Amino acid sequence: MPEIRNFTLNFGPAHPAAHGVLRLVLEMDGETIVRADPHIGLLHRGTEKLAESKPYNQSIGYMDRLDYVSMMCNEHGYVLAIEKLLGITAPERALYIRTMFDEITRILNHLLWIGAHALDVGAMTMFLYAFREREDLMDAYEAVSGARLHATYYRPGGVYRDLPDSMPQFLPNRFRSEAEAKRLNANRGGSLLDFLEDFTNRFPGYVDEYETLLTDNRIWKQRLVGIGVVSPERALQLGFSGPMLRGSGVEWDLRKKQPYAAYDKMDFDIPVGVQGDSYDRYLVRVEEMRQSNSIIKQCIKWLRVNPGAVMLDDSKVAPPTRGEMKQDMEALIQHFKLMTEGFCLPVGESYAAVEHPKGEFGCYIVSDGANKPYRLKVRAPGFAHLSALDEMTKGHMLADVVAIIGTQDIVFGEVDR
Amino acid sequence: MTVSLEFIKDYLQEGLGSKVSTSTLALDELTLEVAAEHWLEVARFLRHDPMLDFAQLTDLCGVDYLTYGDAEWDVTTASRSGFSRAVQAEEADPFDFGESDGDVAFTGKRFAVVIHLLSVSRNLRIRVRTRCEDNGFPVVHSLVEIWNSANWYEREAFDLFGIMFSGHPDLRRILTDYGFVGHPFRKDFPLIGQVEMRYDAEQKRVIYEPVSIEARVLVPRTIRADQRFSPPTAERDD
Repeated sequence: MPEIRNFTLNFGPAHPAAHGVLRLVLEMDGETIVRADPHIGLLHRGTEKLAESKPYNQSIGYMDRLDYVSMMCNEHGYVLAIEKLLGITAPERALYIRTMFDEITRILNHLLWIGAHALDVGAMTMFLYAFREREDLMDAYEAVSGARLHATYYRPGGVYRDLPDSMPQFLPNRFRSEAEAKRLNANRGGSLLDFLEDFTNRFPGYVDEYETLLTDNRIWKQRLVGIGVVSPERALQLGFSGPMLRGSGVEWDLRKKQPYAAYDKMDFDIPVGVQGDSYDRYLVRVEEMRQSNSIIKQCIKWLRVNPGAVMLDDSKVAPPTRGEMKQDMEALIQHFKLMTEGFCLPVGESYAAVEHPKGEFGCYIVSDGANKPYRLKVRAPGFAHLSALDEMTKGHMLADVVAIIGTQDIVFGEVDR
Repeated sequence: MTVSLEFIKDYLQEGLGSKVSTSTLALDELTLEVAAEHWLEVARFLRHDPMLDFAQLTDLCGVDYLTYGDAEWDVTTASRSGFSRAVQAEEADPFDFGESDGDVAFTGKRFAVVIHLLSVSRNLRIRVRTRCEDNGFPVVHSLVEIWNSANWYEREAFDLFGIMFSGHPDLRRILTDYGFVGHPFRKDFPLIGQVEMRYDAEQKRVIYEPVSIEARVLVPRTIRADQRFSPPTAERDD
């Protein structure tokens, strides 16, 4: 009899459950995982090195492309680090707009996560449901910034522009009948805030729908309960943050503990898990969607009654308006200087972190006084989570690897940078 | 219980003494500078001291200080031919009579490792930096045994900067391609890279060639002293 030895299995990088470009080398004993060695870097674009070659404000767009399902939260971390070094704070209205869009982004991210995670585990319908709601939120992105995904909406000193008073309308065409266009435009009659308010009224019902499909679903529970258990001590030791840390029972949320933007004025709860398994992390994220919905509501309420500036009146960082540029020579020069050379940051270093949908997203900027960062380090939550994949999958079956990748909510844009 | 950073600064001065070369408090962030030989000891203290309890290593990164403070465009002084043209072409400048100093050999410690720690129980953050002794072969002790999350961060710093971490269990490249040569985030590594890859139909395999694109600087790197942040060095009389 020949000796039976462990064999290695190559998982990905083009496997649909690999969430992008994860190459996983699995050492298996039968169907049990002995060792998992993730090979990453297939999406490495050198974002940090690119940012070193560009003025500060030209790198905001790169931040969108890090975690490409929670775009504005990435921008927020970067913009905060710059603002910290400059010693400026955005106007209050801009802070509320940022809070609102951070939460919209959180829902966007969690919707993609729940869709993809359920699809990996075998529930096709969730994906379709989640994308139905994502559509509305991406329309909100589009209305405010002109882009559905890579918004580049946050700027040092505020946001690019104020919320629009009208929503873009659907027009009937060859593929869309008059009646269909009318149905689609039903809640687009008012401003962006009206549209979002309508969404926040509908959304808790949608979350209930997801929960009826999943929470007590026998297959879903069999696939998630007791899978990938991480104790609170190990979660801290492994550098976990966000829902991964809270799922293990550590009550830690930067929005509460180190508030930024307008989170100190918001009323919301932090859901915390008990067992530290994949099912708890699922429950935490679902509850987070409900909390985000309530935060958006509070922001809408405040934004309706408090008009004001959304950009700092500081010509060192804020470009002049189009109108001024066409009237005033100095404004034109100012605009040209800001768009080409940019602004210089004082010598120093800063680290600013935000509670990104996946965890702590931080930007560490070293400045030597130039118009470009000397060094920019992006601390992506997914990187730390993926490094724990080996520990989380050890002793589990091959099919559980897919569930664990799903529960980690991995996006390669931020892991590989 | 939360404590102020000033208190922590004094507490660390007391607990670590001369092992900390400098500690600065700026922008509500505390930064410690530590010699490479004390790196592990200081990390252990920060992790296990009950007063501090830095249970989590949020981030570890390398920094290359080779060109720190260098600007491509001199905006403070004018030469005979006016202000400099920011980015020079490859050929020699006919008006350069050897006044510009050109490349000066870098002295000082080039590579640094920076960690950001988080204490969940105290709601505190701290930054610790160490400079590697040898520029040719930068080594610093690994922190994997203290914080397991350091594992991949150290692999990343090794991959991108070539900083060696002694005692690391598995120091392999992580982000760059299999068989990659060089450390791309070093300041002397060109932004466009050194090789490009394509499929060669004749040889029927993927081949590597020297890059065919040219390096360009779209916006020169400029350092301007901002009056708001640094007091002017000399009074102007006009």
